[in-house]
Amino acid sequence: MAPHKTTLDDDGDDAMQDVDSMQVDSVGADEKTAVKDELEHMFDDDLDDEPMVDASNIYKNNSGKANTTAISDILSTNPSDPQIMLQFYSRLFPWRQLYRWLNHSDLPSTDFAHREFAFTLHNEAYLRYQSYPTFETLRRDVLKLNPSRFEIGPVYSARPRDRKQVQKGSFKPIEKELVFDIDLTDYDEIRTCCSKTKICIKCWQFVTMAIKVVDVALRDDFGFQHIMWVYSGRRGAHAWVCDKKARKLDDGKRRAITAYFEVVKGGSQSGKKVNLDRPLHPHIRRSHDILKDDFRQNILENQDPFRTEKQAERLLQLLPDRQLNEALREKWDSTIERPSSEKWKDIDALAGSGASKTIIPKVLLEHKQDIILEYTYPRLDAEVSKHLNHLLKSPFVVHPGTGKVCVPIDISKLDEFDPDDVPTVTQLLKEIDQWKNPVKKEEDGDNSISRVSDIDKTSLKPYHDLFSRFVQKLLNAEKSVNKKTGEIKTEGMDF
Amino acid sequence: MLGRDAIRQQKREVRKAAYGNNIVPSSIAKSTGPAYPHRLNFYTVPPKDEVSLEEFEQWAIDRLKVLGEIETCLFRNNSPPEIDAVLKKLLEKYMPLNSNSSIPESERSNPRRFVGLANERKKDHYSHFILRLAFARTDDLRRRFTMTESILFRHRFSTDNTVERAEFLNSLELGSEPVSDSEKASLAEELKAVLISGSKMPAEKARQSFEQEQYLKVEWDRVSDLVEGRKVFLRRGYAYVPNSMLLSLVMAEFSRRLDESLIKTARFLPRLDEDDRLVPILEHLSKGFTAPEYTSSTSLATLSGEAITAAQIDNLSSHFPLCMKNLHTAVRRDKHLRHFGRLQYGLFLKGIGLSIDEALIFWRQAFSKFTDDQFNKEYRYNIRHTYGLQGAGRNYKPLSCQQILMDHPPGTGENHGCPYRHFSVENLTVAMGRLMGVEDRGVVTGVRQDVEAKKYHLACNRVFEYLHQKELKGKEGAGRETITHPNEYFDKSWGLKNPGRKGGDGGEAQVKEEDVVMT
Repeated sequence: MAPHKTTLDDDGDDAMQDVDSMQVDSVGADEKTAVKDELEHMFDDDLDDEPMVDASNIYKNNSGKANTTAISDILSTNPSDPQIMLQFYSRLFPWRQLYRWLNHSDLPSTDFAHREFAFTLHNEAYLRYQSYPTFETLRRDVLKLNPSRFEIGPVYSARPRDRKQVQKGSFKPIEKELVFDIDLTDYDEIRTCCSKTKICIKCWQFVTMAIKVVDVALRDDFGFQHIMWVYSGRRGAHAWVCDKKARKLDDGKRRAITAYFEVVKGGSQSGKKVNLDRPLHPHIRRSHDILKDDFRQNILENQDPFRTEKQAERLLQLLPDRQLNEALREKWDSTIERPSSEKWKDIDALAGSGASKTIIPKVLLEHKQDIILEYTYPRLDAEVSKHLNHLLKSPFVVHPGTGKVCVPIDISKLDEFDPDDVPTVTQLLKEIDQWKNPVKKEEDGDNSISRVSDIDKTSLKPYHDLFSRFVQKLLNAEKSVNKKTGEIKTEGMDF
Repeated sequence: MLGRDAIRQQKREVRKAAYGNNIVPSSIAKSTGPAYPHRLNFYTVPPKDEVSLEEFEQWAIDRLKVLGEIETCLFRNNSPPEIDAVLKKLLEKYMPLNSNSSIPESERSNPRRFVGLANERKKDHYSHFILRLAFARTDDLRRRFTMTESILFRHRFSTDNTVERAEFLNSLELGSEPVSDSEKASLAEELKAVLISGSKMPAEKARQSFEQEQYLKVEWDRVSDLVEGRKVFLRRGYAYVPNSMLLSLVMAEFSRRLDESLIKTARFLPRLDEDDRLVPILEHLSKGFTAPEYTSSTSLATLSGEAITAAQIDNLSSHFPLCMKNLHTAVRRDKHLRHFGRLQYGLFLKGIGLSIDEALIFWRQAFSKFTDDQFNKEYRYNIRHTYGLQGAGRNYKPLSCQQILMDHPPGTGENHGCPYRHFSVENLTVAMGRLMGVEDRGVVTGVRQDVEAKKYHLACNRVFEYLHQKELKGKEGAGRETITHPNEYFDKSWGLKNPGRKGGDGGEAQVKEEDVVMT
């Protein structure tokens, strides 16, 4: 009902009206062109005149011959340089896997054909309701439009491009992956190492902690299995829950899951932000058990959030007992900038030494648990998860600001993930240039070189393999579900 | 589900009724078994018998009175027990619905004794389906109908006789399976934690109530409202629902089925248009069910006859309710507001009569830490959108207290929402003092009590009355719970502080407002 920056329900329809006029699918006579355009896409199997080839031709012409160090020569180091992006999308982007992932099958289906794609162009124009019968057509459009990024929306009841042709009211979102967005902006009030768009390995730990908690809950509590975590390219991560059941959830049920994960509550004025009933819900109990060691290391040691007097006062505000607070304040006044980990220990030490006559140990313990959760429990951007028709940046897109590729995160090696190690687009293109066939057997000759794909020449390969394995598992599960329902049907026939 | 046939049938019968036919006796004979064995009704079978036009309208109006009152209760944030108390009286008057046990056991074999009950249940049944026709037409009406009907159902379910309730439950198929004793024992720790969470029960009593409890296992999305509040234990996609929470399961099922049927009903509605007897009645009915919505009171759009300018906002903010004052202070302090803050405050300013041009000036000046380029790129569209000049071209109305209270609770770094609800008590006290100049102990204590009782609108009205006590003195009828919209607060406040200037040329202002929308 309200205009929101990315929910873009019915308002979003015209959010791009400026662009619509230059796009084929606006209104009136243009609709015919739209249909024609669609048909062209559909029957266009001719890959010969693909921009990919054009692009490498340009480069070949410039450099004189193939596979030399020329790519990086002709490209500036600005990652959002349209030329660099074009090279990336034509040579490295995993189109086929993306298609299989969204289509849930190798055979063409409406899961892909009715899926909305939205492009942000380099002039900031935003193009919504694009749809494609195959990945080749999607790829061709991306190379033609060369967007600075693109997003994935829901599967609709009809092809999003045809939305104006279908009867009003019958064009509706049907399904979409359940998505979560963790962004460090939501942690700004508690992270001390960086602010705004900056990020380092210390504050990345907020994201790591959030992923741990959300991932295990999605699996053990909600029973989901196909969960892909993706680095968002700068300072956060996205989760794509791809189970069939997750994709079919309506807004109400998405809201319920989001609320299940809402523990840190309140705006800038609401004081203590975690106030939980006891005994703790098993989900919170487990989260707390996971997070309490991280709290010591990542928060007390690395973030050191209670060091200054003002910061320490914030800690005292969260504690329950006035007499204990007096004693703590007195102790901390004499030692300037005592580290947070020491201050945290002081709480129990002073409480144990009888500094307060009014303290109730159980209440203190509960408040300490609340504090741990306030500083470590996931802070999700709820609006992203609540709505079926919310768009989210596609995996493997290049972040236009950092040049980093939005790579999937290997959850089994979550602790090793460092956003600094994520390859940038310029780095990847350089890797292609510098790649040399490691097994230089003369008998293989030129043939072996031509067989190695561009992805395999770069550090994108492990991420690509991770994605492929994820997609394959999803497709296998999808197949067995279909088979099962098929079996049930035949059984029913026998009766 | 009111399918095509049912509507046709109903139409035919109503038409017959309109021509003077009375109930055909054969229709009673046709029915197999008792028509309404239970007091409760899930309304799955549409009515088949004839009713007269008078009954058609009267029954619907009676039910509408009940639903209307429920909506008012919701709006006032009344608790379920409070709603139950209101409903008890109202239902006795308009729609009594007695249980089988209201007939003495010795007389139950006599079918004649059931005629009264059957008539009550018939009225309940028919009026529900008539209102479906009236309220299926738009999303908003459907949503409100489901919400109020669900609460009516909850009331009846929780006041029903336990034996009859169990019988009724058995007649529904809820897709749940019982949790075996051994599974219950293996999950004892988790289940108990959820069961007694927040109840502060002594250990012994907790153990007892857990032992008495029986559990059902359902797929979690069947009880998503329990999941939403972490009221149930979840494992591998299943929710473990204690019998004592069955109500929630039943309610969820009730609204789910009603939602589905309403959408189906809506699809068949166009066929009703041929009937010139029903349509006017239905339209009339749906109009009687309109939510209190603020339509910016024209005259104020121009205050004393001159248009409001961006420069006046600081001064005018003395007439703002706390939520808007808080947003105003936040935007001045941070030179920025997050999305929902901009929405809530922007629509409010639009409501008090700030034109789009002045609004752009106001926000441009307020967001002084951004460059022109950033502002134009990030915010201009958004502001024009709220004025219906961009995008869908909808004329968004200023948010009501209800929307502010319910829709989007503020997250970290956000300043929108209702301070009475979303601030901690300490911060609220500080904010009342600093922003509104309210430090009077009596008022502050009163507000705290209101907030504790979750009567946020009462708290806001209390502050309003305190701030305008001089002007209100001598004016009779300045009762409680009058203000239900931030713009209403502003209008009243401005009107009281500027007696005589209120009014202006309403007609002219009306045109002006339209201009804004059409530009």
